[in-house]
Amino acid sequence: MPFSSLSHIQERLNSGNTSAVEVAQLYLDRIAAHNDTLNAFVYIDGEHVLAQAEASDKHRAEHGARALEGLPIAIKDIFCTQNGPTQCCSNILKDFHAPYDAHVVTKLKEAGAVLVGKTNMDEFAMGSSNETSAFGPCRNPWNTDCIPGGSSGGSASAVAAALAPAALGTDTGGSIRQPASLTGITGLKPTYGRVSRRGIIAFASSLDQAGPMTRSVKDAAMITSVISGHDSGDATSISDAPELDWLAACNKTDMKGMRIGVPKEYFVGGMDSGVRTSVEAALKQCEALGAELVDISLPNTDLAVAAYYVIAPSEASANLSRYDSVRFGHRCENPEDLLDMYTRSRDEGFGPEVKRRILTGAFALSSGYYDAYYLKAQQVRTMIQQDFISAFENVDIIATPTSPITAFKLGEKTDDPLTMYLSDIYTIAVNLAGLPALSQPCGFADDLPVGLQWIAPAWREDVLLGAASAYEGATDWNNKTPQAFEEVSGGKA
Amino acid sequence: MDIDVQKVAMLARIRLTDDEASELAPQLNKILSYVDQLAAVNTDGITPTAHPHDAAMPLRANIVTNSNRRDALQAVAPKTESGLYVVPKVIE
Repeated sequence: MPFSSLSHIQERLNSGNTSAVEVAQLYLDRIAAHNDTLNAFVYIDGEHVLAQAEASDKHRAEHGARALEGLPIAIKDIFCTQNGPTQCCSNILKDFHAPYDAHVVTKLKEAGAVLVGKTNMDEFAMGSSNETSAFGPCRNPWNTDCIPGGSSGGSASAVAAALAPAALGTDTGGSIRQPASLTGITGLKPTYGRVSRRGIIAFASSLDQAGPMTRSVKDAAMITSVISGHDSGDATSISDAPELDWLAACNKTDMKGMRIGVPKEYFVGGMDSGVRTSVEAALKQCEALGAELVDISLPNTDLAVAAYYVIAPSEASANLSRYDSVRFGHRCENPEDLLDMYTRSRDEGFGPEVKRRILTGAFALSSGYYDAYYLKAQQVRTMIQQDFISAFENVDIIATPTSPITAFKLGEKTDDPLTMYLSDIYTIAVNLAGLPALSQPCGFADDLPVGLQWIAPAWREDVLLGAASAYEGATDWNNKTPQAFEEVSGGKA
Repeated sequence: MDIDVQKVAMLARIRLTDDEASELAPQLNKILSYVDQLAAVNTDGITPTAHPHDAAMPLRANIVTNSNRRDALQAVAPKTESGLYVVPKVIE
């Protein structure tokens, strides 16, 4: 059962074959057995998990099951939760206890989900390998010498090793999709504005979106249907977003009549040959399912990383100015005066990557440089959006690799920040354009998972879910499990 | 162009030792020279993005929605006294 999908566990709960307490205990046992190796969770309160499971069983018996009744879901450390610490894997928030739950956490609780701990991540979600975490790196279950991707690396590692059947992540430049790709699971970034950001620690507010990381496409739909919807507490949450029938969208078994755009700019140098082979085989499979492949061009793709590394750090430098050690967060010992308090607390609290981004942003926004950097980048952003709008006049959906490479070794890319930034080359444009996208497993290269990325027009997550469900139904990549983590309580899973 | 790291660090209110600054300078210069490719792009007449969906900010009714949670919110502060946040003396 540990490697079951959420929907399979739900069936077993509904038929009375198991209880929420039994399910919770199973995953707690697996966390106890494997978390020392993976460092996927940075906080676990077993008693609290079991108490939620007990309450869920009681609710089921007395009032019937809600949408996610009794289903364990791990939560990235970026989401504010009243239970346990919320530290964003940063020393500046060490031992911070949020006074309220993030909106999506409230939604999950209201749907009967059992929240399982807080997962490891790059500090403030700034990174692509989970190596900038203040709580140490997280490891990839497929090869524990490798990174799980980032920034939602702990959520990805936990789901891939079945320490939890599903998790929440956030995606600012690929932080759900890239780790999902590198660990062989499914990750969905909803349309910007679909999911409330209230109570999610802000990185780059015009790019951040929360979404699910799961073992199947339907599981991603189940969670998104619960966490999405307007929230008056987030001014960028869209109040008139088109409603979707999330689960019905997953019933698709073929791709007849579907026009899939294949952008030539995403199939150029820099891609591992193993990634190329897997993705091209996946596209062939889509053709066999009835889809028509259409060559398209997204001419401004090359500019996405540059625009992103102006916009995201600029917004981050503004957002992270709130860590002034006055209302919350780390304060240095014996500050001499106010300026000393600010500068020393922030020096001690932020790690090197966060400092790099804050300084990049502060520079881009500083007097005399704003037009050349921030304004210019926002104009290029409009051009990147226009590329997608033009492409979608002719195709229903776009398919690309999620990442140009498979998981790399710990420490391999930490010397050169720019090289690390370029590993997000296929995911970043989607955030700039505010579009929904999904990564699903589509093969292996050198025994490491490869991800296929689907990109749909704004508000058309149903198109993503349809294509991904049809592909998943015709393949079994999402059922692969990392051998070293298959053992459970003396027997095979 | 070379970035004056200590000047920017002061704008961002982050103390940097000279060692940290000299380690950061080449990294930041490399990032900036990469993003400098934007300068060559013709963006004449292109409207800068203000919101990914060009959506207007929604308005809500002008009614009080939050309660007094001062104690809970101040419980996470480094230092408070009588319901106030305490910082080093600002005025001599």
